[in-house]
Amino acid sequence: MAMDNPMDAGGAPRFDQELDDRGPSDLQLALQDLLKRPPALFGVFCIIVTILWALAPGLFSPHDPLQQDLLRHLKPPGFVDDAGNTYWLGTDRLGRDILSRIIWGSRVSLAVGFAAVFVSGFIGISTGLIAGYYGGKIDAVISRIVDTALAIPFVLLALAIIAILGASLQNIVLAISLRTWTVYTRVVRGEVFALKDTDMVTGARSAGCNTPRVMLVYLLPNVFSSCIVVATIYLGRMIIIESSFSFLGMGVPPPTPTWGGMLADGRGFLDTAWWLTFFPGVVLTLTVLGVNLLGDWLRDVLDPRMKRLDD
Amino acid sequence: MRAYIIRSLLQSLIVLWMVLLIVFLMLHMTGDPADVLMPDEATLEEIAAFNKERGFDQPLYVQYFNFLFGHQQNKGVLRGDFGISFYHNVPAMGLVTERIPATAILAVFALFVGLVIAIPTGILSAVFRKTWIDYFSSVLSMAGQSIPNFWLGLILIILFSEILGWLPTSGYREAKSIILPGLAAGLYATARIMRMTRSTLLEVMSQDFVNTARSKGIAEALVIGRHALKNASIPIVTIIGLELGGLLSGTVVVEVIFAWPGVGWLVVESINVNDYPVVQAAVALLSLMFVGVNLAVDIVYAWLDPRVTYS
Repeated sequence: MAMDNPMDAGGAPRFDQELDDRGPSDLQLALQDLLKRPPALFGVFCIIVTILWALAPGLFSPHDPLQQDLLRHLKPPGFVDDAGNTYWLGTDRLGRDILSRIIWGSRVSLAVGFAAVFVSGFIGISTGLIAGYYGGKIDAVISRIVDTALAIPFVLLALAIIAILGASLQNIVLAISLRTWTVYTRVVRGEVFALKDTDMVTGARSAGCNTPRVMLVYLLPNVFSSCIVVATIYLGRMIIIESSFSFLGMGVPPPTPTWGGMLADGRGFLDTAWWLTFFPGVVLTLTVLGVNLLGDWLRDVLDPRMKRLDD
Repeated sequence: MRAYIIRSLLQSLIVLWMVLLIVFLMLHMTGDPADVLMPDEATLEEIAAFNKERGFDQPLYVQYFNFLFGHQQNKGVLRGDFGISFYHNVPAMGLVTERIPATAILAVFALFVGLVIAIPTGILSAVFRKTWIDYFSSVLSMAGQSIPNFWLGLILIILFSEILGWLPTSGYREAKSIILPGLAAGLYATARIMRMTRSTLLEVMSQDFVNTARSKGIAEALVIGRHALKNASIPIVTIIGLELGGLLSGTVVVEVIFAWPGVGWLVVESINVNDYPVVQAAVALLSLMFVGVNLAVDIVYAWLDPRVTYS
């Protein structure tokens, strides 16, 4: 896929620095590039639709997602009631409209996903900057903490923590962030390791910059693009983890519609009402797919250092 | 090499100590273990008696000491004693070790399915780069990274159990009941191993020694089989180890869906009935297994790659 990238064209050797110095034309180039990559474009489309749903569910949802009516329970997709209302994706066991619940369910998925990415990003970038900049003992301590976070069966611990502290939105976000911060730590630490002895940093220090300033003004901007790539790649996984927690009944409690909760509802009707399970999962998959496709493309555009031959 | 192994071993021990610290602190997250362990309607006298019986009335450092080295009948976690399960009234560790084989079988089967699909597909798509084989496998790996494993599990049940009636929806006794949970659990690992195989093989194939081998007139199949694959094996072994570690604790929701009697299902059940000694034992034991697998991978790594010295 890298071959489709116009920035690779021309045969001239490319330097990472070149990208950073290009200024505003970066964005134009990126957008031109995006138009030439159908998978990435499809990804962006999926994400925009989900974000619009989450921002203004009332505009898109044909029915009230919470309104129950046992007279129309478990109706198949395309069902039209006596009043002439169509239920495009069918209804669930309480007669609620599946499509409306999917649209409203995007809120929890995206809210938890984005919040978890920011929380883990904040923790991971801070620890990565500190570990990479100071090295030595501090680095060793942070590295062991990272190893520990990776060794613990994360899903089980997260479920236990949610059960102990209560299934509120912020506890779920914290529990989901338990491990992901380590990814940022590793990426940032590695890059800071390479950057800290460059002329840029030694120059800044000899010009009298203190450590926080060196970190925030000189190091952070240089690691930021890698972090955006990590954030995008992990956003999809966060969304999957949130929905699996909701599926197990450890997510945002009902009646708030969540995709995972809808899949749990459908589990009792696998033999009679496939649409309860099928549609929420399709939307969940398309959202995650969209994020992953965008992540792949962002990696090419933002971070040539992370680029590998497979892209 | 020996120093490297000893250092890895020491680091693993530090990680295990931190895991046990987290496992200990889990019950103290709300400040009072009785909050977590006792039913809401318990009287103050009952709570006091409970705290006295379990030693929760002692200062925290005494409790930690007792937790590690034992207290009254409890032999302490260092000797594998995590106390008595509240719900089943038998040693918690015994309950977990009983369930380990089922989880291990599922993880190994999922990994096996993953390897059988991923390694040949990865090799083929690297060798036939930019052909339909390559595009097909990249679609497959993108889908594998985007489809939530528990949703895939539900869809497989609808398809192969409800509609076609070929395979059982759940169970453990028959050999064929592992097929559906194995496929669902192995999907993500398959996608990752496929991607890794392809990209490392492409990287190796672009190196000089491969061209040298070619120019000596060695047949292309031999160049790939003997020279390229051998050198690509290190990152592939690493990711296989990581995926196996991830599978051991990552099959929770799949186990729940297929009523697969593994550790994940046990922990979800135990969380639902506030049976935390079992949760603690499971988290500690799975961490131990993860650390063990990683240590083994580290050693295999050093053995496979004599170029690298670990100073």
